[in-house]
Amino acid sequence: MSLKLSDVERTWLNDDTAPGRAMAMRLVVRAAEFLGAERMVPIVSAHIDGCLYHGDGGVRFVETLRERGATVSVPSTMNVGALDLGNEERVRADAHFKAMARRQMDAYLDLGCQPSWTCAPYQAGHRPGRGEQVAWGESNAVAFVNSVLGARTERYGDFLDICCAVAGRAPFVGLHRDEGRRANMILDVTGLSPRLKAMDALYPALGAILGAEAGTSVAVIDGLPTDISEDNLKALGAVAASKGAVGLFHVAGRTPEALDVAAVLSDQLPVEVITITAADIRAARDSLSNTRAACLDCLALGSPHFSEAETRRLAALAGGRAFQIPVYICTGRHTMDSIDEDGTRAQLEAQGVEFIVDTCVVVTPILKDLGGVLMTNSGKFAHYATPNTGYDVVFGSLEDCVCSAIAGRVERAEAVWR
Amino acid sequence: MAIDVCARVLIDGAAQGCVLRLWQPISFWGGVDPANGLITQPLHPNFGAEIAGTILALPGMIGSSSSSAIMLELLHNDVAPAALVMAEVDAILGLGVVAAEEIGLNGIPVLQCPIDAFVSGHVATISRGGGIRLGGTG
Repeated sequence: MSLKLSDVERTWLNDDTAPGRAMAMRLVVRAAEFLGAERMVPIVSAHIDGCLYHGDGGVRFVETLRERGATVSVPSTMNVGALDLGNEERVRADAHFKAMARRQMDAYLDLGCQPSWTCAPYQAGHRPGRGEQVAWGESNAVAFVNSVLGARTERYGDFLDICCAVAGRAPFVGLHRDEGRRANMILDVTGLSPRLKAMDALYPALGAILGAEAGTSVAVIDGLPTDISEDNLKALGAVAASKGAVGLFHVAGRTPEALDVAAVLSDQLPVEVITITAADIRAARDSLSNTRAACLDCLALGSPHFSEAETRRLAALAGGRAFQIPVYICTGRHTMDSIDEDGTRAQLEAQGVEFIVDTCVVVTPILKDLGGVLMTNSGKFAHYATPNTGYDVVFGSLEDCVCSAIAGRVERAEAVWR
Repeated sequence: MAIDVCARVLIDGAAQGCVLRLWQPISFWGGVDPANGLITQPLHPNFGAEIAGTILALPGMIGSSSSSAIMLELLHNDVAPAALVMAEVDAILGLGVVAAEEIGLNGIPVLQCPIDAFVSGHVATISRGGGIRLGGTG
């Protein structure tokens, strides 16, 4: 049962001529031991979540890797940092915070990581194929790459993701293995109305249920349309990974490993069946808000980062009308490039949108006040906004969010949830 | 009366402190303030509790993989628990401790065992090799 390293892996672990790689191997080996791995697996890509500034310790860690000469051995994208690099004044932090955050981001680039600065790398061209072994961090990206793309990663935390990228190895456990990807829970949503299933805001609510029920288990959802958009699967997985520790879910008929429910069910574990009703969905939706206030201070969209399609949908819903409150759209450079070209960006900015690029309003101090009411269509923002920003949260559909921001007060359509 | 527990060792070490038992899983990122070690997740049953210096008994982990980074910062800022005792193995917090050791900070023991017998406020003494004594005078 104990960990067996290959000859080359053992060499790297004690290689004085490559101390950076040796440090990375030490961390990967410790993780493998924690997790009870019997061997390592070579990886083909990594997504690195370690570039958000949480304090000086994290900067010291990556600078130590750099001092010791480490470089990544596989293509590696970067998650959000703590700065909007094009507009550093947007971040309301002192000079020490900004200098250290910049140092941390620079050090990761020096290791060979790509300046993607997004929590949705899978919408920025980083799309490993089904069955490929990877090491990804950032809980929503882990859920997406496993579930929607069918590549294989465990939930890698800060430090382990960059160390796997440097070593080119990951512990061969859990979601890397066939048996770890089998479902032992069925979420049966066949009883929900077609109208509810066609609504984007269903998916964060369903994700909240999935996260609470599944915890770390793998579930298969039965009864959803087979043409659900990637943006909706992104929203579902992001909430499930925030409310629980979901690293993989299957959607029968939609995700690559789940031709049907039977194709992904475990033949070894007992299977629990949970039937979801419209009332459950409404309760889950309500759990994503923590105030009934009608007043509203800002709208925050884009956790995970807003896609081009989501940005265009917002523009269409707003129809050129001006927003009465600040509207923050958090996104990556990949989206900005495409909406710059045809004037969508300029039009939305004229209506009152502030684009937050390379980072987001919940991971770094950007919001204007220390508290207030924030509305969002993101279940992940709903989960993290209050502890991280002090704002109370109202969750609503994108339509609700746009109407509310134009009215300057909370407006939610209730009938659609019946 | 003291209870002796034998835990699986993830990171070895000795420690003593008062138990803080969490009643729900928590994400350290967004759930614990790395500057002062206070639990900041508003709806968490242990909201407001201070984890610094405690023997922190965790029923499980949820949420963000950035929790490793918060663990490192807690150690960097001297407001970390004295030890972690986890009902379920999760590499995320342990990796934060290993990363701290790599940059020259002192780590803490990280152990795995059932946490049913852990009562907040009682003294727990952890010795090298995974022995935990609950209650008594240590």
